Amino acid sequence: MSQPRALLADVVPFSWVDGPGNRFAVFFQGCNLDCLACHNPHTMPRLTGKAHEVTVDELVADVRRVAPFLSGVTVSGGEATLQAPFVAAFFQALHEDPATAALTRYVDSNGCADAATWDMLLPVTDGVMLDLKALDRETHLALTHHSNAPVLMSLHHLAAAGKLAEVRLLIVPGFNDGEDVLRDTGDYLAEHAPGVPVRIIAFRPHGVRAAARDIPEPTTEEREHYAEWVASAVGAELVSIV
Amino acid sequence: METSEFRVRARALVDSPALTYRQRVQALAGLAEEALDPPQVSEECAAALASGLVNDLAEGNAPYRPRYLLPDYATALRHGSEFLGLKAPRDLYDAVAFLLSMYSQVPSITGYPVYLGDVDRLLEPYAVGVDDETLLKLMRLMWITIDRSLPDAFTHANLGPDDSRVGRTILALERELLQTVPNLTLRVDVERTPDDLVIDAVRTVFACGKPHFVNHAMMTADLGDDYGVVSCYNSLKVGGGSHTLVRLNLAESVRRSEVGLDDWLQTVLPHHVELTAELMSARITSLVDRARFFDHSWLAEEGLVHLDRMSAMFGIFGLAEAVNELVARSGSVGRYGTDAAATALGWHIVERISELVAATPLPHCEGNGGHAFLHSQSGIDSDLGVTAGTRIPIGEEPPLLEHLLAVAPNHRFFASGVSDIVHFDETAQRNPRAVVDVIRGAMSSGMRDVTFNLDSNDFIRITGYLVRKSDLAKLAATGAARHGSDVLAAGSVANSRVTDRVVKRVISSESTPRPAG
Repeated sequence: MSQPRALLADVVPFSWVDGPGNRFAVFFQGCNLDCLACHNPHTMPRLTGKAHEVTVDELVADVRRVAPFLSGVTVSGGEATLQAPFVAAFFQALHEDPATAALTRYVDSNGCADAATWDMLLPVTDGVMLDLKALDRETHLALTHHSNAPVLMSLHHLAAAGKLAEVRLLIVPGFNDGEDVLRDTGDYLAEHAPGVPVRIIAFRPHGVRAAARDIPEPTTEEREHYAEWVASAVGAELVSIV
Repeated sequence: METSEFRVRARALVDSPALTYRQRVQALAGLAEEALDPPQVSEECAAALASGLVNDLAEGNAPYRPRYLLPDYATALRHGSEFLGLKAPRDLYDAVAFLLSMYSQVPSITGYPVYLGDVDRLLEPYAVGVDDETLLKLMRLMWITIDRSLPDAFTHANLGPDDSRVGRTILALERELLQTVPNLTLRVDVERTPDDLVIDAVRTVFACGKPHFVNHAMMTADLGDDYGVVSCYNSLKVGGGSHTLVRLNLAESVRRSEVGLDDWLQTVLPHHVELTAELMSARITSLVDRARFFDHSWLAEEGLVHLDRMSAMFGIFGLAEAVNELVARSGSVGRYGTDAAATALGWHIVERISELVAATPLPHCEGNGGHAFLHSQSGIDSDLGVTAGTRIPIGEEPPLLEHLLAVAPNHRFFASGVSDIVHFDETAQRNPRAVVDVIRGAMSSGMRDVTFNLDSNDFIRITGYLVRKSDLAKLAATGAARHGSDVLAAGSVANSRVTDRVVKRVISSESTPRPAG
């Protein structure tokens, strides 16, 4: 039987910024959002000469080699859930291999996945780190060219399943950095994702496309405000900012 | 040395504006020792020493104290000391005063104790029933006194492998006080040491570059339960130590031989190991049989050090240059640390040296079955163009994972220590758990010693010991230093580009995908 293959943008054997601890991070090629502030626009298109294909066995073998150094594995992108059958098979194989069974398995997602996709992934997934680009539908459209309805549905679904490991707020000045907006977002998360850590990621112009290059980078003081506004409902202990 | 030269040099030391009183006294003692004849060796051995093939790290012409001594502080605390005129301590106040008094009477090559004991284990029994505030206050007093009265970064305390209130207090104080002294090691048993303690230690590394981490299981397998880490990365038996540390310059050994790999391994190397051992033997005999250290030291008299727990350290350095030269002679181009075949040749050379050293008997080394312990020597400030120990040359280090896998296979051969310093940037600070993962992975891959340098704090590891960048700047500006090790470090920074180590960006935001934002 031929194995499912995945299209990857890159693999990073040691990543310290893709979830708890040292993680093997797999970046899938192709995304279903079109974010203005994307740091890795080259991972957006499905078809590109730079991506490479792997099988589950190949990827598991790569993880096995470094497993003693890891807390876990994170699939990211692009958007990993676009290749959900592969991710499910990969996670299942990690779970079954004694050398990798102890590793936690995380999905880093933009949330544009339906319930059936999550139902396929969650039995073999320890946690999902979910991006919430904007709580408000119009702002979400402006930032990503897509509605946030599936993202909010994913948020509810994952929170109910106890698999929501982290919500990430990507703050783009001039779009979603207002005090009211962030206080509302905090209220919403406190109600619908109680106890879930919130990571605020402030916009950085590094790596973005030309259209976003003139957006200003928030000052330290502004970052502290973001954290304060979100934390007012969520709780300061759950909020971090990078 | 002619009397006239002696007088000129003594005068210069007495008049030196850069030395404190105590540094002056030590330098004068060193000068006096230099006026004596060195232990007698063959002409060829003397020539090897003079040319730098073999190097005794300027231990002095007339050994009168072991290089590294690890007194059995636990026994001293249990029984008290006649020499110190102190009874066994009954509470934490007594115990702290006891140890501080004892430290002042422990010799080593530096003039200061290089080993302060496993302070958490020593003091924890006395801390029972002591409230947190008192414990913190007493330990702060102790830690400040150590830095001010034993101002040498080779002075080394140990913690772990178990969690303790005293250990946690010391880590907190390290973060608060930001002292270079004492140097600090956490012994990590991957099965036994709680993650939370290792994370606390990693946070301490972020603040001040300490502690250094050692693989407890590997150490106990080689040295037994009672071992300590002293000076920089020298692991030895407690109640014993090392008479001397003599090192063989592998780069020089290859450079002067002009032969291919096989001849070097089979003929040249064994002979150079022999010359190194000859010098060690002469130095040990001089210390033990002529100066009779163990016949007059109060530590030996009171059973706190034992001649039969002593050994000596056979150091090697310059492996990288040796390998690169041998590879080049064979017509290839790979370099140690980045090319698989060259790196494997390095492992093979280390294994061969380990066999040779294990087959070379030395006097008064019963602490290791009559042989020296092999040691990967982490360099001194005057080393030029020769890489410390078995490290990958500064600036050539591969990414973190490849770096660890390249050096780990060497570690099992170095029972008395090996250091490979890994450099991080501050992204680590938001994810200390990741550093814990790296430590655990490194240890389960056979690494004995793991040391980190972080770019963002004021501390820098030179060859193994710590100095503050701000103190170095001050030394450059004023010519004066309170810590003896700062003077060595200034030379090391100037000579060997230690500040240029490749920063390990574990993930580089320039070249690797980030979550789509």
